[in-house]
Amino acid sequence: MELTLWTYEGPPHVGAIRIAASMRDVHLVLHAPQGDTYADLLFTMIEREGRRPPVTWTTFQARDLGSSTAEMVIETLKGACDRYQPQVLLVAESCTGELIQDQPGALAKGAGLSAPIIPIEMAAYTRKENWGASETFYQLVRGLLAAKAPKPGEEQPLRPADQPPSVNLIGPTKLGFRCRDDVIEIRRLLESMGVRVNVVAPLDATPHDLLRIPEADANVNLAPEVGELTCDWLKRQFKQPTISSVPLGWGATRDFIAEVIDTLGLDIDPDAVGESRLPWYSRSVDSTYLTGKRVFIFADGTHALAAARMARDEMGFEVVGLGTYSRERARDVRALATEYGLEALITDDYLAVERAVTELQPELVLGTQMERHIAKRLGIPCAVISTPAHVQDYPARYSPQMGFEGTNVIFDTWVHPLIMGLEEHLLTMFRDDFEFNDGAVPSHLGGEGGGGAQQPDNVTPMISPEPGAVAWAVSAEKELRKIPFFVRGKARRNTEHFAQEQGLSVIDVETLYEAKAHFSR
Amino acid sequence: MSQVIARADADTLPEVTTERGERAVFCGLTSIIWLHRRIQDAFFLVVGSRTCAHLLQSAAGVMIFAEPRFATAILGERDLAGMADCHEELDRVVSELLARRPDIRRLFLVGSCPSEVIKLDLANAAARLQGVHENRLRISAFSGSGIETTFTQGEDQCLASMVPDLPAAPEGAQRLMVVGTLADIIEEQFRRHFAQLGIVDVDFFPAARADDLPPVGPGTRVLLAQPYLSDTVTALCKRGAKLVSAPYPLGIEGTLAWFQAAAAEWGHSAETVHEALAIPMARAQKSLAKVRESLQGRTIHFLPDSQLELPLARFLRDECGMSLTEVATPFLDQTLMSEELRRLGRDVSLVEGSDLDSALARVRNHRPDLTVCGMGIANPLEAEGLRTKWSIELVFTPIQGFDQVADLAGLFARPLARERQLEVGSWS
Repeated sequence: MELTLWTYEGPPHVGAIRIAASMRDVHLVLHAPQGDTYADLLFTMIEREGRRPPVTWTTFQARDLGSSTAEMVIETLKGACDRYQPQVLLVAESCTGELIQDQPGALAKGAGLSAPIIPIEMAAYTRKENWGASETFYQLVRGLLAAKAPKPGEEQPLRPADQPPSVNLIGPTKLGFRCRDDVIEIRRLLESMGVRVNVVAPLDATPHDLLRIPEADANVNLAPEVGELTCDWLKRQFKQPTISSVPLGWGATRDFIAEVIDTLGLDIDPDAVGESRLPWYSRSVDSTYLTGKRVFIFADGTHALAAARMARDEMGFEVVGLGTYSRERARDVRALATEYGLEALITDDYLAVERAVTELQPELVLGTQMERHIAKRLGIPCAVISTPAHVQDYPARYSPQMGFEGTNVIFDTWVHPLIMGLEEHLLTMFRDDFEFNDGAVPSHLGGEGGGGAQQPDNVTPMISPEPGAVAWAVSAEKELRKIPFFVRGKARRNTEHFAQEQGLSVIDVETLYEAKAHFSR
Repeated sequence: MSQVIARADADTLPEVTTERGERAVFCGLTSIIWLHRRIQDAFFLVVGSRTCAHLLQSAAGVMIFAEPRFATAILGERDLAGMADCHEELDRVVSELLARRPDIRRLFLVGSCPSEVIKLDLANAAARLQGVHENRLRISAFSGSGIETTFTQGEDQCLASMVPDLPAAPEGAQRLMVVGTLADIIEEQFRRHFAQLGIVDVDFFPAARADDLPPVGPGTRVLLAQPYLSDTVTALCKRGAKLVSAPYPLGIEGTLAWFQAAAAEWGHSAETVHEALAIPMARAQKSLAKVRESLQGRTIHFLPDSQLELPLARFLRDECGMSLTEVATPFLDQTLMSEELRRLGRDVSLVEGSDLDSALARVRNHRPDLTVCGMGIANPLEAEGLRTKWSIELVFTPIQGFDQVADLAGLFARPLARERQLEVGSWS
């Protein structure tokens, strides 16, 4: 039993719904009680979908248990087939459905339905949403393509010479982070390289489209949390290589271009494919103030890894914390954290992340909706870089994360919540200005958001303060208040650590400056 | 699948059609979202699955709350396989929770679909934990499971679970108990109105503090502020309380009749109440008149969701001039709704239960000007050119009483006003 306030991922059947909702002409029957139907709103409200996800629920009630739930499954399956006439019918169960052991997959196979059936085992009590999405997509692709795989010794037919090279984009889904725009951006990038996009899946694909997957030269593993399992299977069965650089960031986009050229044997100049404004924006003198900004990163595996590289190498930040809730990607994130001299935070416990942010007092948090929430409480600027995300992270404007335009978007998104260079200096110099002070938010953010809206050291963290904390002399406390609010929390913590290390029981003004000297970088 | 089941008082009451099929409602856990704001020192610990936790954070965008007073103890494979003793695990989780939140005065263990199916006895667990934390707080259990309850019924289960803790009222004294969560501001208004009627022995249940438990006994008169509290009423009546039959305090007529029904128990005539409340009523009529124009003559359709459908339909038809294409409710308690049914009369198409696809087919067929529905369905209907109103907003907004009448009508008028105002897109 695990105590949870917020959860980074939904249950695995929500992953299954994401696959069905991303595709066309697929229908999902879920054996689940009525309350589970809330999942519709994830799509219709958060992503503003204009159609209900293609899911029919059995919505059994207590009175049905022990007698008629199996009949309800069959009735629901038949009803869904008749009404929606899907090319493929997926069958799964939610956590409660799993407990009553009706085995809807087996029932469906025996029900003589008109549509082909693909049952999915969800493992609701050990797995989570991204696993559910990955497994559902894999079972769907395998179910449709297994019979088409070349036999041992048999060669996959070669692409005709007059056809351009092509790839599939594997993994983007509904409720993914900016998948809609990333697909447009990457398609544009590939087409500019003379590469045709054969199939994008699951997003907007039909089962018939999935049948054409083997026609491409390679698969782009665009969203590894969802697509990796399928890419690996296609590689084994159809000898399709996987392009696994995820084009998130300037360097990663260049890596991606290089990998596409290499994999497909293209004869083009990688430097001529395109360019982002990020390198110049980052080198321009105004960005000097970004140097060494302390950044905390927590996201799904793919976005956490990409953000860490961008933060350090492309923005000039200092990464002070790195973590992920994707246990499947724990090894990669741990390895990168070690390279950055950090210990990775691998957890799906929101409170553990909150403790880490409170402890580190970063100047910018890059995270999910949950970290936005933590950062707001602590008065730290934040940008959302990954799911889970809220309705405002499904913007109306074109806002990709991937490719060169994606790096432009990310540069703006990360810089926007920060206080601008000169403003930061002026705040430091004239601390007691009655208008231009702690309470004032960054001037370009108007009356909302922003780091200064709440003073970090006035916020009571959800965890209780450590016992044995040292006391602050009134004079030192006063001096501390002269330090700009956006570094004050860090200064307070550092000074307290320093005092504890030195065995001091009271912090005076001298201690404050001793600590400053001790921790200066 | 549908059939006509009830035809009581055939001449005056609506015919009720029941439907069985796919449902699209939240489960009772959803009520935690408003209950934890109302009872300010209570904590709700759901014993369930990741789905339960995901519902709670998705259902109402509740992540705006910095300090949620609810959490989920997620059952894992080890709990289900019997490798871990669920009760020991629960003790550990509760201790962890109470260490973090020393300010909590009442803890609810909330049952879910998985905990019900594996027959985890939370009432028993609550009693055992009460022994451990005896002087610190009250611990009790109720079910918010989706196999037993729809979203507002969670409040019913919660309140019913508190009834055994209510102190016994002294013999002979008559007190009024207003039952059902109301916004603070409405509680204040209602207290003032009751005082104007000379009724001062009034309790509101639930109260803002978990320890403020109203007494109950044969002198208790129960007046329902919310219509979905069947089990709570049964439990209160078992302790001697008497239910005052009334419509619900939605709209001017509903609110007036509600006060009149209560006041009758104190021997006041309907005319006296009318006179005493003349000023707020006049104010309500004035403010409603402005909003009414937008609603007059428009059609409205209720999909089954909050159990507020009947009183809302009655208000919108009788006081705002709307016409009802269909009024569906997930569950119909004939006793608690008797006054509303009588007012609705024969000419209403009333449906109990749900068969989602056929219900949606009827909406498409009628093409009402406004459809009241759950959040998952609203945007798809909008995309089909139909105006909607999410029913959950009606549970989160102060809508009861005279001074909220215009706000209540405004909730329905706003989508229609928006349709008139916007020049973009097509709501053909």
